[in-house]
Amino acid sequence: MGFPDRIERTVEVAHPPATVWAALTTAEGLSAWFGNQATIDLHPGGSARMTWTGGETANMRIERVEEPTVFGFTWHIYGLPDDDPRRTYVEFTLEPAGAGTRLTVVETGFAQLPEDVYRKAFDGNTEGWASELGELVAYLDAA
Amino acid sequence: MPPDVEAVAEQVFVALADPTRRTILAALASGGPATATDLAARLPITRQAIAKHLALLAETGLLTAEPGERRRVRYRLRSAPMQVAQQFLAALARDWDSSLEALKDLLDGRNTPQ
Repeated sequence: MGFPDRIERTVEVAHPPATVWAALTTAEGLSAWFGNQATIDLHPGGSARMTWTGGETANMRIERVEEPTVFGFTWHIYGLPDDDPRRTYVEFTLEPAGAGTRLTVVETGFAQLPEDVYRKAFDGNTEGWASELGELVAYLDAA
Repeated sequence: MPPDVEAVAEQVFVALADPTRRTILAALASGGPATATDLAARLPITRQAIAKHLALLAETGLLTAEPGERRRVRYRLRSAPMQVAQQFLAALARDWDSSLEALKDLLDGRNTPQ
Protein backbone atom coordinates (compact mmCIF):
# COMPACT_ATOMS: atom_id res chain seq x y z
CA MET A 1 0.00 0.00 0.00
CA GLY A 2 1.28 3.45 -0.83
CA PHE A 3 -0.45 5.35 1.95
CA PRO A 4 1.92 5.70 4.94
CA ASP A 5 -0.35 4.60 7.79
CA ARG A 6 2.47 3.57 10.12
CA ILE A 7 5.82 5.05 11.04
CA GLU A 8 8.33 2.99 13.01
CA ARG A 9 11.82 3.83 14.26
CA THR A 10 14.18 2.00 16.61
CA VAL A 11 17.21 3.59 18.21
CA GLU A 12 19.80 2.24 20.62
CA VAL A 13 20.47 4.52 23.56
CA ALA A 14 23.43 4.15 25.95
CA HIS A 15 21.31 4.70 29.06
CA PRO A 16 19.15 2.35 31.13
CA PRO A 17 15.36 2.21 30.57
CA ALA A 18 14.67 4.17 33.80
CA THR A 19 16.60 7.19 32.47
CA VAL A 20 14.93 7.01 29.06
CA TRP A 21 11.53 6.57 30.74
CA ALA A 22 12.02 9.80 32.68
CA ALA A 23 12.93 11.68 29.49
CA LEU A 24 9.73 10.44 27.81
CA THR A 25 7.23 10.81 30.61
CA THR A 26 8.12 13.88 32.67
CA ALA A 27 7.50 17.53 31.86
CA GLU A 28 11.18 18.22 32.46
CA GLY A 29 12.25 15.47 30.06
CA LEU A 30 9.72 16.25 27.31
CA SER A 31 10.48 19.96 27.36
CA ALA A 32 14.18 19.22 26.94
CA TRP A 33 13.98 17.20 23.71
CA PHE A 34 10.47 17.24 22.27
CA GLY A 35 8.66 20.50 22.93
CA ASN A 36 9.94 23.72 24.41
CA GLN A 37 7.49 23.55 27.31
CA ALA A 38 5.52 20.58 28.55
CA THR A 39 2.96 19.54 31.13
CA ILE A 40 1.93 15.95 31.76
CA ASP A 41 -0.56 14.13 33.96
CA LEU A 42 0.94 10.66 33.75
CA HIS A 43 -1.84 8.08 33.89
CA PRO A 44 -4.09 6.47 31.27
CA GLY A 45 -6.73 9.06 30.36
CA GLY A 46 -4.53 11.89 31.59
CA SER A 47 -3.50 14.72 29.34
CA ALA A 48 -0.18 16.15 28.31
CA ARG A 49 0.54 19.32 26.42
CA MET A 50 3.60 20.52 24.61
CA THR A 51 4.20 23.97 23.25
CA TRP A 52 6.90 25.27 20.99
CA THR A 53 8.35 28.76 20.89
CA GLY A 54 6.95 29.10 17.36
CA GLY A 55 3.47 29.03 18.89
CA GLU A 56 2.46 25.48 18.01
CA THR A 57 0.77 23.33 20.59
CA ALA A 58 0.25 19.57 20.83
CA ASN A 59 -2.38 18.15 23.13
CA MET A 60 -1.88 14.51 23.95
CA ARG A 61 -4.14 12.01 25.65
CA ILE A 62 -2.18 9.43 27.62
CA GLU A 63 -3.26 5.88 26.77
CA ARG A 64 -0.69 3.44 28.18
CA VAL A 65 1.65 3.84 31.14
CA GLU A 66 3.60 0.68 31.97
CA GLU A 67 6.77 1.90 33.64
CA PRO A 68 9.43 1.47 32.37
CA THR A 69 8.50 -0.42 29.20
CA VAL A 70 5.47 1.07 27.41
CA PHE A 71 4.28 4.66 27.09
CA GLY A 72 1.48 5.44 24.62
CA PHE A 73 -0.57 8.51 23.73
CA THR A 74 -2.81 9.82 20.97
CA TRP A 75 -2.57 13.23 19.41
CA HIS A 76 -4.05 15.30 16.66
CA ILE A 77 -2.93 14.89 13.03
CA TYR A 78 -0.97 17.97 12.02
CA GLY A 79 -2.79 20.15 9.51
CA LEU A 80 -6.32 18.86 10.15
CA PRO A 81 -8.88 21.21 11.73
CA ASP A 82 -8.74 21.36 15.53
CA ASP A 83 -12.16 19.76 15.92
CA ASP A 84 -11.35 16.81 13.65
CA PRO A 85 -11.70 13.59 15.64
CA ARG A 86 -8.91 11.77 13.80
CA ARG A 87 -5.83 11.18 15.95
CA THR A 88 -2.73 9.08 15.54
CA TYR A 89 -1.49 6.72 18.25
CA VAL A 90 2.14 6.96 19.35
CA GLU A 91 3.70 4.16 21.36
CA PHE A 92 7.19 4.07 22.82
CA THR A 93 8.57 0.67 23.80
CA LEU A 94 11.71 0.40 25.94
CA GLU A 95 13.73 -2.82 26.09
CA PRO A 96 16.96 -3.29 28.02
CA ALA A 97 19.86 -3.83 25.61
CA GLY A 98 23.12 -4.50 27.43
CA ALA A 99 23.71 -1.47 29.67
CA GLY A 100 21.47 0.64 27.47
CA THR A 101 17.99 0.67 25.97
CA ARG A 102 16.49 -0.26 22.64
CA LEU A 103 13.81 2.40 22.12
CA THR A 104 11.12 1.87 19.50
CA VAL A 105 8.55 4.46 18.53
CA VAL A 106 5.54 3.50 16.42
CA GLU A 107 2.99 6.03 15.21
CA THR A 108 -0.13 4.67 13.50
CA GLY A 109 -3.42 5.97 12.12
CA PHE A 110 -2.45 8.36 9.33
CA ALA A 111 -4.66 6.47 6.87
CA GLN A 112 -7.93 6.82 8.78
CA LEU A 113 -10.93 7.72 6.65
CA PRO A 114 -12.94 10.81 7.42
CA GLU A 115 -16.61 10.18 8.12
CA ASP A 116 -18.07 11.48 4.90
CA VAL A 117 -15.74 9.35 2.78
CA TYR A 118 -17.08 6.39 4.75
CA ARG A 119 -20.56 7.56 3.95
CA LYS A 120 -19.71 7.77 0.26
CA ALA A 121 -18.05 4.36 0.29
CA PHE A 122 -20.94 2.69 2.05
CA ASP A 123 -23.85 4.55 0.46
CA GLY A 124 -24.65 1.43 -1.56
CA ASN A 125 -25.04 -0.57 1.64
CA THR A 126 -27.07 2.11 3.32
CA GLU A 127 -29.52 2.21 0.44
CA GLY A 128 -29.73 -1.55 0.55
CA TRP A 129 -30.63 -1.38 4.21
CA ALA A 130 -33.14 1.38 3.62
CA SER A 131 -35.05 -0.74 1.13
CA GLU A 132 -34.82 -3.81 3.38
CA LEU A 133 -36.26 -1.74 6.21
CA GLY A 134 -38.97 -0.46 3.88
CA GLU A 135 -39.90 -4.07 3.17
CA LEU A 136 -39.90 -4.86 6.87
CA VAL A 137 -42.19 -1.93 7.61
CA ALA A 138 -44.53 -3.00 4.79
CA TYR A 139 -44.54 -6.54 6.17
CA LEU A 140 -45.32 -5.36 9.71
CA ASP A 141 -48.05 -3.02 8.45
CA ALA A 142 -49.67 -5.87 6.58
CA ALA A 143 -49.65 -8.14 9.64
CA MET B 1 -6.70 -0.45 5.59
CA PRO B 2 -9.68 0.55 3.41
CA PRO B 3 -8.56 0.91 -0.22
CA ASP B 4 -10.35 4.26 -0.61
CA VAL B 5 -7.84 6.46 1.22
CA GLU B 6 -5.14 5.64 -1.29
CA ALA B 7 -7.44 6.42 -4.21
CA VAL B 8 -8.69 9.65 -2.65
CA ALA B 9 -5.15 10.89 -1.92
CA GLU B 10 -4.12 10.00 -5.46
CA GLN B 11 -6.95 12.05 -6.95
CA VAL B 12 -5.89 15.07 -4.93
CA PHE B 13 -2.23 14.75 -5.90
CA VAL B 14 -3.08 14.18 -9.57
CA ALA B 15 -5.28 17.29 -9.51
CA LEU B 16 -2.55 19.35 -7.86
CA ALA B 17 0.11 18.18 -10.30
CA ASP B 18 -1.43 20.28 -13.06
CA PRO B 19 -0.68 24.04 -12.84
CA THR B 20 -4.05 25.10 -14.30
CA ARG B 21 -6.03 22.92 -11.90
CA ARG B 22 -3.80 24.11 -9.05
CA THR B 23 -4.65 27.72 -9.95
CA ILE B 24 -8.38 26.93 -10.04
CA LEU B 25 -8.28 25.07 -6.70
CA ALA B 26 -6.25 27.88 -5.13
CA ALA B 27 -8.79 30.44 -6.36
CA LEU B 28 -11.67 28.43 -4.86
CA ALA B 29 -9.76 28.04 -1.59
CA SER B 30 -8.99 31.73 -1.27
CA GLY B 31 -12.17 33.20 -2.73
CA GLY B 32 -14.81 30.62 -1.89
CA PRO B 33 -17.40 28.96 -4.19
CA ALA B 34 -17.48 30.32 -7.74
CA THR B 35 -18.89 29.67 -11.20
CA ALA B 36 -16.75 29.08 -14.31
CA THR B 37 -17.64 32.63 -15.38
CA ASP B 38 -16.50 34.11 -12.04
CA LEU B 39 -13.20 32.28 -12.31
CA ALA B 40 -12.66 33.24 -15.96
CA ALA B 41 -13.00 36.90 -14.96
CA ARG B 42 -10.32 36.50 -12.31
CA LEU B 43 -7.84 34.06 -13.83
CA PRO B 44 -5.71 34.19 -17.00
CA ILE B 45 -7.36 31.00 -18.25
CA THR B 46 -10.10 30.66 -20.88
CA ARG B 47 -13.62 30.04 -19.63
CA GLN B 48 -13.74 26.88 -21.73
CA ALA B 49 -10.63 25.43 -20.08
CA ILE B 50 -11.90 26.40 -16.64
CA ALA B 51 -15.27 24.74 -17.29
CA LYS B 52 -13.55 21.55 -18.45
CA HIS B 53 -11.34 21.35 -15.37
CA LEU B 54 -14.22 22.18 -13.00
CA ALA B 55 -16.32 19.38 -14.46
CA LEU B 56 -13.45 16.90 -14.11
CA LEU B 57 -12.69 17.96 -10.54
CA ALA B 58 -16.37 17.63 -9.62
CA GLU B 59 -16.49 14.19 -11.21
CA THR B 60 -13.60 12.97 -9.06
CA GLY B 61 -15.24 14.37 -5.92
CA LEU B 62 -12.79 17.19 -5.19
CA LEU B 63 -15.48 19.82 -5.87
CA THR B 64 -19.22 19.82 -5.41
CA ALA B 65 -21.44 21.40 -8.06
CA GLU B 66 -24.36 23.39 -6.72
CA PRO B 67 -26.95 25.68 -8.28
CA GLY B 68 -25.74 29.28 -8.46
CA GLU B 69 -27.26 32.51 -9.71
CA ARG B 70 -28.79 32.71 -13.20
CA ARG B 71 -28.87 28.91 -13.43
CA ARG B 72 -25.08 28.73 -13.52
CA VAL B 73 -23.34 25.91 -11.71
CA ARG B 74 -21.29 27.05 -8.77
CA TYR B 75 -18.34 24.94 -7.60
CA ARG B 76 -17.24 24.48 -4.01
CA LEU B 77 -14.09 22.80 -2.69
CA ARG B 78 -14.68 19.60 -0.72
CA SER B 79 -12.44 19.55 2.31
CA ALA B 80 -12.65 15.80 3.00
CA PRO B 81 -10.39 14.61 0.15
CA MET B 82 -7.95 17.48 0.89
CA GLN B 83 -7.79 16.29 4.48
CA VAL B 84 -6.98 12.76 3.35
CA ALA B 85 -4.10 14.19 1.27
CA GLN B 86 -3.11 16.23 4.33
CA GLN B 87 -2.91 13.02 6.39
CA PHE B 88 -0.59 11.56 3.77
CA LEU B 89 1.60 14.69 3.96
CA ALA B 90 1.46 14.68 7.77
CA ALA B 91 3.03 11.22 7.76
CA LEU B 92 5.76 12.40 5.39
CA ALA B 93 6.37 15.52 7.47
CA ARG B 94 6.36 13.67 10.81
CA ASP B 95 10.02 13.98 11.64
CA TRP B 96 10.71 11.33 14.30
CA ASP B 97 14.35 11.14 13.22
CA SER B 98 15.11 14.68 14.41
CA SER B 99 13.13 14.19 17.62
CA LEU B 100 14.95 10.96 18.43
CA GLU B 101 18.29 12.61 17.66
CA ALA B 102 17.36 15.37 20.13
CA LEU B 103 16.42 12.75 22.72
CA LYS B 104 19.75 10.99 22.29
CA ASP B 105 21.62 14.28 22.56
CA LEU B 106 19.75 15.10 25.75
CA LEU B 107 20.52 11.73 27.32
CA ASP B 108 24.16 11.96 26.31
CA GLY B 109 24.42 15.43 27.84
CA ARG B 110 24.65 17.23 24.51
CA ASN B 111 21.53 19.25 24.96
CA THR B 112 21.03 21.34 21.87
CA PRO B 113 18.22 23.87 22.02
CA GLN B 114 15.55 23.19 19.37
